[in-house]
Amino acid sequence: MPVDPDYLWQARQMQALSFAVHIPLVCFGIAFPAMVLFCEWRSLRTGDPVLATLARRWSKVMLALFAVGVVTGTILSFELGLLWPQFMARFGEVFGLGFTLEGFSFFIEAIFIGIYVYGWDRLPPRLHLLCGVPIVVAGVTGSLFVIAVNGWMNHPTGFTMRDGVVVDADPWSALFGNSYFWHEFVHMYFAGYIVAGFAVATPYAWAMLRGRRGRYERTALTVAMSTAAVAAPLQVIVGDWAAREVAQHQPVKLAALEGLGQTTRGAPEHLGGWYNGHEVVYGIEIPRLLSLLALHDPNGTVMGLNAVGADEVPPVNVVRFAFQTMVGIGTLLALLGLLFLYVRLRYRRLPRSRWFYRAAVAAGPLSIVALIAGWVTTEVGRQPWVVYNVMRTTEAVTGASGIPVGYGTLVVVYLGLAAAVGWLLHRFSRVPVEVHDDG
Amino acid sequence: MAEVPMVFILAGLAAYTVLAGADFGAGLWMLLTRPGRVGPAVTRDHARHAMGPVWEANHVWLIFALAVCWTAYPVAFGSIASTLAVPLFIAAVGIILRGASYALRGQLGGARGRHLVEALFVISSILTPFALGAAVGGIASGRVPVGNAAGNLVTSWLNPTSVVIGALAVATGGHLAAVYLAADAHRLGERSLEADFRARALGSGVVAGALALTGLLVVRVDAPALYDGLTGDGGAIMVGISAAAGLATLMLVWRYRFGMSRATAALAVAAIVAGWALAQRPRVLPGLSIEQAAAGRATLLAVIVSVAVGAAVLVPSLFLLFHLYLRGRLDPAAGPGAAARTRPASGRDARHRTAQAVVAAATLLAGVVLTSVIGSGWPLVLGVVCLIVCAVATFGLVTTDITEEGSNGRAAVRRDG
Repeated sequence: MPVDPDYLWQARQMQALSFAVHIPLVCFGIAFPAMVLFCEWRSLRTGDPVLATLARRWSKVMLALFAVGVVTGTILSFELGLLWPQFMARFGEVFGLGFTLEGFSFFIEAIFIGIYVYGWDRLPPRLHLLCGVPIVVAGVTGSLFVIAVNGWMNHPTGFTMRDGVVVDADPWSALFGNSYFWHEFVHMYFAGYIVAGFAVATPYAWAMLRGRRGRYERTALTVAMSTAAVAAPLQVIVGDWAAREVAQHQPVKLAALEGLGQTTRGAPEHLGGWYNGHEVVYGIEIPRLLSLLALHDPNGTVMGLNAVGADEVPPVNVVRFAFQTMVGIGTLLALLGLLFLYVRLRYRRLPRSRWFYRAAVAAGPLSIVALIAGWVTTEVGRQPWVVYNVMRTTEAVTGASGIPVGYGTLVVVYLGLAAAVGWLLHRFSRVPVEVHDDG
Repeated sequence: MAEVPMVFILAGLAAYTVLAGADFGAGLWMLLTRPGRVGPAVTRDHARHAMGPVWEANHVWLIFALAVCWTAYPVAFGSIASTLAVPLFIAAVGIILRGASYALRGQLGGARGRHLVEALFVISSILTPFALGAAVGGIASGRVPVGNAAGNLVTSWLNPTSVVIGALAVATGGHLAAVYLAADAHRLGERSLEADFRARALGSGVVAGALALTGLLVVRVDAPALYDGLTGDGGAIMVGISAAAGLATLMLVWRYRFGMSRATAALAVAAIVAGWALAQRPRVLPGLSIEQAAAGRATLLAVIVSVAVGAAVLVPSLFLLFHLYLRGRLDPAAGPGAAARTRPASGRDARHRTAQAVVAAATLLAGVVLTSVIGSGWPLVLGVVCLIVCAVATFGLVTTDITEEGSNGRAAVRRDG
């Protein structure tokens, strides 16, 4: 059935919006429990009341963000069916298992977050700490299962197509026998720590600038910044691995990342600029860099966009812009992380420059921008395919009308939700700090 | 084997109807606070607090049912989701609004704007179960054909059967909530609240029962196939169980036996879900039997194994939650203080620090070489592990003296020059 292309566009926007809202919350699901547990563990070992207070306060924020994540995640599972019924109908039996498994992870997470947050002072300290461990584990496995599905969409395996129908679906090998998803998972896992670390550091850096420099603020800032700072520089190495995987398995996506019109030996990389349909103009050219990065060989041959038909090329400028945003911000964050590590290790104190704290305030929002830009890169870069080289997004979209109404409604609802969450976190931060001296 | 995942879906739906239904119903009682002996504000607070700790976690049951559906019966799922897009979207928006307004209401206290937030909560608490019930009505009355949005986008869910099932979903939720809230008030010793919610439980039980009977009459005209299923064989047994459990609930509530009434009320609602399934069996959608709808053998087996393994982890966890919850209840003042043991810094810590630094440097070097220079196969895997170890070791180094008062203290931010 032919589908109005407008609806496809709006359905994609709607899905993208829902992901953009959900994915920062996923980062908190991955990393925040570990940060809270670290504070509790150290406070138990040393009897430090400040760390104990931090763990208590952060665990409440963790619960609130988890609850919002439950809701936005529910919306995503609805949308898979509402917007892409043909995708689900044809391939649900291949990848759907990932979501079934994720459901269990998520259930475990919900149970233990409840026990943990409501169990302060009711459980013996060691048991309480122990109850936090399944939250960390479930946060990791949950994202693993979902990213396994995304890895499958980018590199589909584990089934045979016969006359447009899936036969011999093997979900285990499709999801977990698929080598492609590992780099996505590790990249996202590090991103989780970077985003959660910098985002938590932002309000404390702000407090330091405003003159609230008590031990509470300093300790919170140290834990949060350390979390992000150890992950951000290493993410550069993980990103390099990810780029090589893309170069090997999705050469068209790689060509779109750089805007490489022609297949080129010793391909250059351009910073900034605009892809005009043939080449990048107005950018700063760095000779041979793309070949070096993608193939680890400055004279390697990189496939250009001309190697495939025009109907198989993703929207190059969107992908390029998102990619460069991610890499640019990621580099700055890595430098900020290295600076923090250097000062902290060399002088055993926090940096003193006000500019460091201004940068730290900006790092939280910027890390979220980089995160979303990264997902735009991989998901828009996959277009026009929903299942890479197997099913086009146009074949997947719903035949139902009224998508624009739904899209408009969702925009309004999410704006309201964002305002509500912002207001709630503001309220949390305004509760006066009372250090629990448990000792 | 084709039917096993459907049993999982129905179990998930039954759990959702009972647990989330009661949550939705609590929202209904925040609207219908009169008549009552206690003031509307107290009634609303009681309804709100009863939803307690894991308020939105109940949606997990729905997500579970959806995920099993699209894995095990993908074609049916695609057809349902596209034709019934409107009510499902309404339910989705209702779920967001409910979650957000509940969280907000808890923080607002007596602040301005609480009436608006409360209104939003009440509306979404009614709209969501109605929309989900209407969607069920569309499937049950055979209005969802196989295909991408092949059915009518409006009449598939705005039809007599859908409306009556939607209304029944709201009413049963209200009934469940009233029974639970009466039981809570009884346990808390709030006599007036208990009397109010006892009256509401009885009233809503009668309404739900009347709606169920009306529903049967409507279905007889609107969806004869479903009516035949509900009045024959297994369907009739389930309808009978539901009716008996409903009557038993009314009797128990009448005699202040709230503990038992929780169970019978849940049974009455769950039996309706089972009755619907038996009435439709073996048809999933018109012209699509469960055998035809089912995914391949490998996928079905994978779903069954996953659910079995998942349940093996989940059941002990749920048991632990229950156990701790009860213990906390029995002994609310059990507050063992944190066992504080301050360990002074010593030479051992300094050596520990050096060792950590060596580990961090070594794994960094190994990680870079293995991940980036060699970059494939097992060395790559080892490299990634090295990078993670490096991150953990560096984190340990950076935070090692975090508890010393002076450690971050010399860090007073420089004044602007």
